[in-house]
Amino acid sequence: MLTDLLQYLVNGLIVGALIALPALGLTLIFSVLGFVNFSVAAQLTAGGYAGWLANTTLKLSLVPVLIIAFLVAGALGVVTDRIALAPIRRKPSARTPLMVAVVSIALNMALENAYRFSFGSGLNSFDMPIARDMKVGGIRIGLQQLHNLEIAIGLAVLLALFFSLTKLGKAMRAVADNVDLARLKGIEPVRLANLATFIGMGLAGVGGALLAIDTSVDPSTGSRLILLIFAGSVVGGLTSLPGAVAGALLMGVIGELGLLVLPPVYQSLTAFVAILITLLARPSGIFSGASGVRK
Amino acid sequence: MISYLVFAGTIAGFYALLSLGLVTAWGQGGLVNLGLVGFVGLGAYTSALLSGAAFPIWIDWIAAAVVSAAVGLALCFVVRNLRGDYLAIVTLGFAEILRLAETNEKWLTKGSDGISGIVAPLKSDLGESFPFFYLIMTWTLVGIVAFLLGCLLRSPFGRALRAVRDDEQIAAVAGKSVLRLKLQAFGIGAALSGLAGALYAHFTSYIAPDVFVVQLTIYIFLTVTVGGQTRLAGAVVGSIALVALLEASRFIAAAIPGLDAVQIASLREFAIAVTLILVMQLRPEGAFRMTNERSGLSASRAASESCYGKRAIVDDAT
Repeated sequence: MLTDLLQYLVNGLIVGALIALPALGLTLIFSVLGFVNFSVAAQLTAGGYAGWLANTTLKLSLVPVLIIAFLVAGALGVVTDRIALAPIRRKPSARTPLMVAVVSIALNMALENAYRFSFGSGLNSFDMPIARDMKVGGIRIGLQQLHNLEIAIGLAVLLALFFSLTKLGKAMRAVADNVDLARLKGIEPVRLANLATFIGMGLAGVGGALLAIDTSVDPSTGSRLILLIFAGSVVGGLTSLPGAVAGALLMGVIGELGLLVLPPVYQSLTAFVAILITLLARPSGIFSGASGVRK
Repeated sequence: MISYLVFAGTIAGFYALLSLGLVTAWGQGGLVNLGLVGFVGLGAYTSALLSGAAFPIWIDWIAAAVVSAAVGLALCFVVRNLRGDYLAIVTLGFAEILRLAETNEKWLTKGSDGISGIVAPLKSDLGESFPFFYLIMTWTLVGIVAFLLGCLLRSPFGRALRAVRDDEQIAAVAGKSVLRLKLQAFGIGAALSGLAGALYAHFTSYIAPDVFVVQLTIYIFLTVTVGGQTRLAGAVVGSIALVALLEASRFIAAAIPGLDAVQIASLREFAIAVTLILVMQLRPEGAFRMTNERSGLSASRAASESCYGKRAIVDDAT
């Protein structure tokens, strides 16, 4: 029983680590730009496809594949943001955040259909050697998944360093905190918004590539996960970067533990319930009481 | 050809009902409901299951509207204090959960196979002329709903609702029950969605979870935006425009040589999504602008107090 429970915990952390990257991206974009960008799902899929193409046609190995996934998803994120969403943000009114959210869903739909048009609706798997699962004290751990966990944690640490040590990172946090004060200090919010979108969508892309290596990629890869990604981000408070990582890991574990009582098809239900409870009871995220986790 | 037009026209009627609901909840009440399609599915399944249990069709339809409205009211009550963008996330997730339930509760919904053979009213009696009858019935219903909503939105209820949309706090200070108004608007939207779902189910006689996907929600947001978010007339005109666009894109995509079925379908969806983005950017006010909806009690008040900036439409009748 205990090993079973531990197995669920490990599985949950692995799922959570994959979700953590797009959740970080979503949180970053929400904090700096102030709106919910649903097209993060499509950018995740973009990273999956970019990685898949780089791997199967160029025969690249894991690290360059992930870098390409980051760059492609980030660039696509910025370009589509400038084309589709920025013109709507420019007319500020009380309803603007909502309009942008609706348009980002349309953008997501457009991108998803562009992938379907180009690559068909089939599943595409990577051409990578499959590492044997290892067993530690009765708990099964996939080496690939362990790699994913390491990469996700590594990226989160890099990001944390970027935000706490570099000038640009600090400026971005300032914009997230208070746009007007940041502008007063001579920070240019538009350039930072582009950078935030690039990094955020790039992270989603890496998450998509890792996920695709683990399983496969198809046009709706991102859309199937969107609820779980949002859950991670919302549970973490939507504006706290460490919160997003913690929230994603927590959602991964809750989702796996939920399998004890729920059939697997209802995994999204735990995500939905978590979103609802967090937003109702504690919109600033469940970690907001702890010090150092606020934005 | 005629039967094709009749079919498309009937579908446009369903979209019009959905759009009227969205205009009421979103345009007039300011409540975003990205889970619209969930309520459509709820109505469709309620009606299909009840008619499967041999209840008369009019009861099925009323039940569809009532069930959707009840679920809508419950959801709206639970999320009553959420900000708009949070509401967007929750309603989107809610529809997804409903679709999961439709797919997986096979004992009730037959899962992804869907429910087929849903009986249509008077189909055996009318034979060939059944599609005409359904077209006329749907649009009569649209007319009745639009008329009733028009009366409702011109009444003090409508003004209070718009006050809540524009500034909740001021409406509350003025003594309006913000929560009740929100619930009513959201409930009307959900009820109309459920009714449209039921009409659809009995028209095509087949429903499956795949019918009620997020694309449909996007379609209706496009319809309402094209027509003008706050206007009932816009909802009707927009739904006809949407069906025209959907059908035109079918022919255009089919005319491009060398595309397979998947590519044609994705090209059409792509076109719809891009159209919504363009309309939101270029003409967010739609074909029918927001008008300065005056009470009629104070016709002598200065026209300049319009709260919508650039240009208010002032009626010079007095």
